[in-house]
Amino acid sequence: MSFQDYRIDDSRGLEFGLYTLGDHLENPHTQTRISAQQRLKEIIEMAKLADEAGIDVISVGESHQDHFTTQAHSVVLSAIAQATKKIKVSSSSTIISTSDPVRVFEDFSTIDLISGGRAEIVAGRASRVGLFELLGYDLHDYEELFEEKFDLLLKLNKEEVVNWEGEYRKPLRDAHVLPRPANGHLPIWRAVGGTPASAVKAAYQGVPMYQAMLGGPTSVFKRSIDAYRETLDGLGHDPEEFPVATAGFFYAADTTQQALKEYYPHINEGMKLTNGRGFPKQQFAQGAHPQNVMNVGSPQEIIEKILYQHETFNHQRYIAQMDFGGVPFDKIMKNIELIGNEILPAVKKYTAKK
Amino acid sequence: MNITLLSGSTIGSKTRTAMTYIKTSIEENYPDADVTLLDLAEYDMVFSDGRDFREYKGDTKIVTETLMASDVIIVGTPIFQASIPGSLKNVFDLLPQDGLRDKVAGILVTAGSAKHYLIAETQLKPILSYMRAQIVQTYTFMEERDFHRKEIVNEDALFRIERLIEDTMILVETYSKAKAAKEEQYGF
Repeated sequence: MSFQDYRIDDSRGLEFGLYTLGDHLENPHTQTRISAQQRLKEIIEMAKLADEAGIDVISVGESHQDHFTTQAHSVVLSAIAQATKKIKVSSSSTIISTSDPVRVFEDFSTIDLISGGRAEIVAGRASRVGLFELLGYDLHDYEELFEEKFDLLLKLNKEEVVNWEGEYRKPLRDAHVLPRPANGHLPIWRAVGGTPASAVKAAYQGVPMYQAMLGGPTSVFKRSIDAYRETLDGLGHDPEEFPVATAGFFYAADTTQQALKEYYPHINEGMKLTNGRGFPKQQFAQGAHPQNVMNVGSPQEIIEKILYQHETFNHQRYIAQMDFGGVPFDKIMKNIELIGNEILPAVKKYTAKK
Repeated sequence: MNITLLSGSTIGSKTRTAMTYIKTSIEENYPDADVTLLDLAEYDMVFSDGRDFREYKGDTKIVTETLMASDVIIVGTPIFQASIPGSLKNVFDLLPQDGLRDKVAGILVTAGSAKHYLIAETQLKPILSYMRAQIVQTYTFMEERDFHRKEIVNEDALFRIERLIEDTMILVETYSKAKAAKEEQYGF
């Protein structure tokens, strides 16, 4: 495997993407909430604008509970695939534990064909676990369900005719899994939580890692990425062949103070509803520090932070979450404009390999 | 202000007796506060399985959501086998890692022996601080001899309980004011 297999061309610099969890929340500034239908249309519209602005990736996650609207995230991604031209269409993430890997592979291969080879899967274990009960799974099997089904997904990606046996799904005997993706296989990543132990699991499976990082010092997240690469190396892989992506909060405004002021209520009120408790103001204030991973600030400060993170992580992709908690669409458009006009050109210029 | 009095044992009467006294005293002296007594003897709790605290059912959900909605938690605990009871530890396990952030936590201990005096210091406080509580440093320690037939019979113990309540309310007031002033400075 190599970067090419994951459709990454790092000579063109750090990939920049947008991601949404598909949350459907009130805008705390106006205390109004758009309809689920409008939210879905705006997510597709956000993808179109991102595509036009030259952003590399758009991804959508699945959460099966109140305050969300992209439970059928692959359906949303399919609509995005149809509406866009160049942007990669990804998930953030696909909860493989509570799905049939065969169906997931079929869905994303189909999106890959519709989009002309732009689809990929980021498989995660779920940070909100409401879907286990809804979809008929036992939370006690949380870890094993993920590992077994993720292994099967990787196998389906490698082999067109599959023989497989496991504990949580009926065996597959000479199963012909179709359609095949555009270039034979899909890029499949593993979503990684906060600790090095989580990152190391991606290395064991020999798949690229996707690091979620809501806030905190850049150096702390470097530990996870280092642990991942060291483990790959220890297992006889070449870490240089495995891309690393990071994902976190992003919000640009004319000044840092304005960005903090506009975005904080969205994060705080949104997290109260989706995670049961808000985001401490003190931590958010620290998020503005140049060496904190939270990319909230003026475009210039965000550029400097992303470049610092790139220097530290040597990662291949960063994806930004800037629509959480009922951010109104005019602000999403404004952010995409700032990314397209100011942030992206600078990031590409300084990270492209000469 | 939501005050929850968590009586941490499913058996015995001393902790419950002391917590009932605290409830009456707060209701008399702080009439604006909403006080809830959660006596684990009255709730049918499941063990923590790591899910979000809002996703439990029945009594477990009532307990976790009541605690998470509290500004102040006074933990009352007996000492079993040189530690807090498993029933109380389970309640902490049911809550998020930082579930006590911005909450003020006071402690009242009832024990069969004075040898248990430092148990709260070495075993309960580390849990509360790990979970980010603002801990009232001094706690009330009571023994068998302070009780008789479900009444507190030692006047000194009553004074100590009153001081615990006062210390807790002072910490709530100072912490919330100082925090609000600091957050004002952030300017967002």
